Amino acid sequence: MQAEVRKNKLQERGINFLFKFGAIALLICIIIYFSSISDAFFTYANFTDILRSISIVTLLALGVTFTLVVGGFDLSVGSTMSLSTVVSASLMVWYEMPLWLVLIVPILVGVLVGLFNSFLIVIIGIPDLLATLSTMYIVAGFHRTYTEGYSIYNNMPLTSGGTAPGQFSEAFLWIGQGRLLGLPVPVWIMLILVVVAYIVLNHTRWGRILYMTGGNEEAATLSGVNTRKVKFIAYIISGIFASLAGVLFTARVGSGQIDAGTPLLMEAVAAVFVGYSVLGIGKPNALGTFFGAAVIGILLNGLTILNLPYYAFDIIKGTVLVLALAVTYVYAKKRFSRT
Amino acid sequence: MPNPFLSMKDIDKSFGKVSALKKAEFHLKKGEVHALLGVNGAGKSTLMKVLSGVYEQDSGEILLEGEKIRIRSPKVAKDLGIYCVYQEVDTAIVSELSVAENILLDSIVAGTNIFISKKQLNSEARNALKQLQAEDIPVEKPAFMLSLAEKQLVLIARALVSSAKVIIFDEPTAPLSLHESTKLFSVVKKLKANGVGCIFISHRLPEVFEICDRITVMGEGTLVGTYDTAQTNQEEIIEAMLGTSYSKDFPVRTHALGKILLRVKEVSGGEKVRNISFHVSEGEIVGVVGLVGAGKTELAKTLFGYSPHTDGTIEILGNTLKIKHPKDAIKAGMALIPEERRKEGLFVHEALQTNASFPNLQKFSRFLFMNKRKEKSFAKEIIDRLHIKTSSTDTPLIYLSGGNQQKVAIGKWTSLDSSLYLFDEPTKGVDIGAKIDIYRLVREFAEKGKGCLYFSSEIHEILGISDRILVMYDGQIVKELSREEATQERILLYASGGKEK
Repeated sequence: MQAEVRKNKLQERGINFLFKFGAIALLICIIIYFSSISDAFFTYANFTDILRSISIVTLLALGVTFTLVVGGFDLSVGSTMSLSTVVSASLMVWYEMPLWLVLIVPILVGVLVGLFNSFLIVIIGIPDLLATLSTMYIVAGFHRTYTEGYSIYNNMPLTSGGTAPGQFSEAFLWIGQGRLLGLPVPVWIMLILVVVAYIVLNHTRWGRILYMTGGNEEAATLSGVNTRKVKFIAYIISGIFASLAGVLFTARVGSGQIDAGTPLLMEAVAAVFVGYSVLGIGKPNALGTFFGAAVIGILLNGLTILNLPYYAFDIIKGTVLVLALAVTYVYAKKRFSRT
Repeated sequence: MPNPFLSMKDIDKSFGKVSALKKAEFHLKKGEVHALLGVNGAGKSTLMKVLSGVYEQDSGEILLEGEKIRIRSPKVAKDLGIYCVYQEVDTAIVSELSVAENILLDSIVAGTNIFISKKQLNSEARNALKQLQAEDIPVEKPAFMLSLAEKQLVLIARALVSSAKVIIFDEPTAPLSLHESTKLFSVVKKLKANGVGCIFISHRLPEVFEICDRITVMGEGTLVGTYDTAQTNQEEIIEAMLGTSYSKDFPVRTHALGKILLRVKEVSGGEKVRNISFHVSEGEIVGVVGLVGAGKTELAKTLFGYSPHTDGTIEILGNTLKIKHPKDAIKAGMALIPEERRKEGLFVHEALQTNASFPNLQKFSRFLFMNKRKEKSFAKEIIDRLHIKTSSTDTPLIYLSGGNQQKVAIGKWTSLDSSLYLFDEPTKGVDIGAKIDIYRLVREFAEKGKGCLYFSSEIHEILGISDRILVMYDGQIVKELSREEATQERILLYASGGKEK
C-alpha cells in the first residue's frame, strides 16, 4: 500500500517535471547535440537564420494560440496564409497597386476568412475542428482558382497573353529580406508581435476575457461577458495573423507561391502545443508558442545541417506534435481527476 | 437484525481530505421498500454509488444474501442484481434505440449472439412492460420520443428483465407529475410483491410515508437511525434529518425594509417560467422554494437574462429593464450565484484572485492593463471578510472545499456593489460550517439594504432565512407565505401541487 502510494507520488512528480521542463530540457539537448556535431550550428549567423526561418510559422501559431485560448481551434490558418500570399503578390505584379494597398488588402482577406469561420462556429454551431477544416479546403480552392494554379512572379507570362506589368518593389521586399539593427526585419516583426500578443493575453482586460471565455464559457456569460462576440474576435485575430504571415512570406521569397502555407499548418499547431506546457503554464500562451516554434525551428535547422532529406522532416514535426500532445493530455487528465 | 437481505456495514469513503462516509450502515430486507433520507450532503448518494459500483469503499463490508461481496464496477453491481434508476434518466437511455432495445440493452451487450432477433426482442420487452402495467408504451418507438415518466419505466423494465434483486430509486418522483408518481408507486408495490428490495431516495416525505416500509436517515456521512414507518411520524423524521435544532443558526431580521427594489410583472419564458409576478424590497430576503424541477433555477436565469423572458416586465426601482444578456442584468445591479458553481459560477482552474475580479474587470484595470496588485488586495479583502480558508490568493479554486468555493462565487460580486442578489441553492454540497457562514452573509447583505432572492429546495433553510416565502410548483408561484404563516408542512403541500381546503 505504502509502496504503491510512493510509486504514484514519484510518477506524479515525474509527470509534473516533464510537463514543466520537458520542452526546455528537449531544447537544451538538441542544442548540445547539434553543437557537438557541427561547428556551423552554434553561431550568431545560424541563430539569426533560425529566428528568421521561424518568423512566419510563429505568426501563424500566434493566431492559432488566440483561437485555442477561447476554447476553439483554427485549422484554416495555412490556407489563409496561402491566399494572402497570392493576393499580395498579385496586387503588386498584376495590378501594380501602391504599397499600402498591398499590405492592407491581404489583411482584410484574413479578416473575411476569420468572419466566415466565426459564422460557421458561433452562429451555425459547427464544431470548430470541422468548421475550420472545411474553411481550409474552401480557401485553398479559392487561392488556386484565383491564380489559375500558377505562382506569381515578376513579369510572369499571363494566360490571357502578354506578361504581367508589375514587379515587386524594393520597399516591399525589404519587409522580408532587409535587416535592421543586426537582425532581419521579419525577426523584428515576429518579436514585436509576440510581445504584443503576450501583453494582450496576460496583462490586459481583453486577455482576461479571452482566457475566461475559453476556461468556462457558461461562467463567463453569467459574469456578463458576451462570449459569442469574444469568439468572433478570436477567429478574426487568427485570420489577421495568418494573412500577415502570408504577406511576410511573399516579401521573403519575392514571389507569390501557391500552397505556401499548407506545410506550415502542422508546424504552427505543434508550436502552440509545445508552448502549452512550457514552465507549467498549462494553457495556450504567446511566449510558449514562440518557444515552441523555436524548438521546432532549431530541430529542423539541425537536421538540415545533418543533411537529412527535407521530405523526412514531416516525420520529425509529427513526432514533436505527438509528444507535446501526449504530455499536455496526460497532465490534463491528472489535473481534472483532482476535481 | 436476523439475516438481512443486503447489509452495508461500517462503510468509509473519503475523497482527498474530505470524508464523505464515516462508518455508514444500511440494511435492506427482501421485498421491502426502504427509504434513504438525509439533507443534501448527508452521504446518501455516495453510499448508493458505493452500492452500485461507481465508487469502491475505502473500508467496510457489503453482504448480499449472507455472502460478502466486492462491487468493483457498475458491471459487477449489475451482475449481482443491483440496479439503479437515476434521477437523470437520460444518462441511462440510448435515445436513438427503440424502447425494446433499451430495455434489453444489458443482455444485448452481454449476449453472445451476433444477430439479434427483433421479434424476440420486442416480445420480451412487451412482457417486461406488462409486468409493470405499462403495456401502452410501444416497444418499437425510439426512446427519445418518450416522456420522462415513460423513460423511467423503461429503466425499471430493464432492471426487471435482468432479474434485479435490488433496485435503487434516486429521487424518481422529482420530475414526475402527481399522476405519474401514483403510477410509479403501484409499480414499486408490484416489485415489492415480487421480492425485489427497493431503496427509495426522496425529498418528499408524504410519499415516503405512503410507500415505504422502513426509513433510514443519514447525516454527515453516517447512520442517524432506522425507523419503522408505522411507528414513526414526519416530525420525528424531520428532526432526525436536521439533527439538533437547526433554526438557531439563522440570524433574524432586525432592520426595517426600504422601498420596493425589484418588481416582476407577469414574466414568462420557456416552459418552466410561467406568468410570474412578485416583488422584493430593499433589505428583504425573499425565499423562493419548490421541489427539484419546479422552475426555480429557470426563474433565476430568466431574471438574470441568461434565458431572456418572452413576456412581462422586470423593474428595478421603478425603471423597466431590457434584459437580453446577463451583462444587462449586471449593469442594472443584479448578481447571480448560480446553482452549479463549478460549471456556471467559477473558473475552477484559475486563481482565487482571478475569479474574484472577473465580474468587474474595469475596476481592476487602468485603461486596458490589469492592475494585479489591486486584484490581490481585493482577493485578500474577501478572504478576510467571508472567512475563506485558503493559503494564498493565487490558489486555484480546485484546491478549495465546496463551501469556500461558494464563498468566492458570492464574494466576487461585492466589487460591483450590486443591489439585488440572486442565490440559487447556495448551500448545495457545502459543509455545515460554511452553510452557517453563508446564511450570515445573506443576512448581512440584507442589513446593508440589498435585496436578496434565495432559491432553495430545502424547506427548513427557506423557513429559517426568509422574510417572505414564495412557493413554486410547475413553473408558477402558487403561494406566498409570510414568515409567521409558513410551516414545513404547508410549504411541502403547496410545493407538491396540493391546496389547502
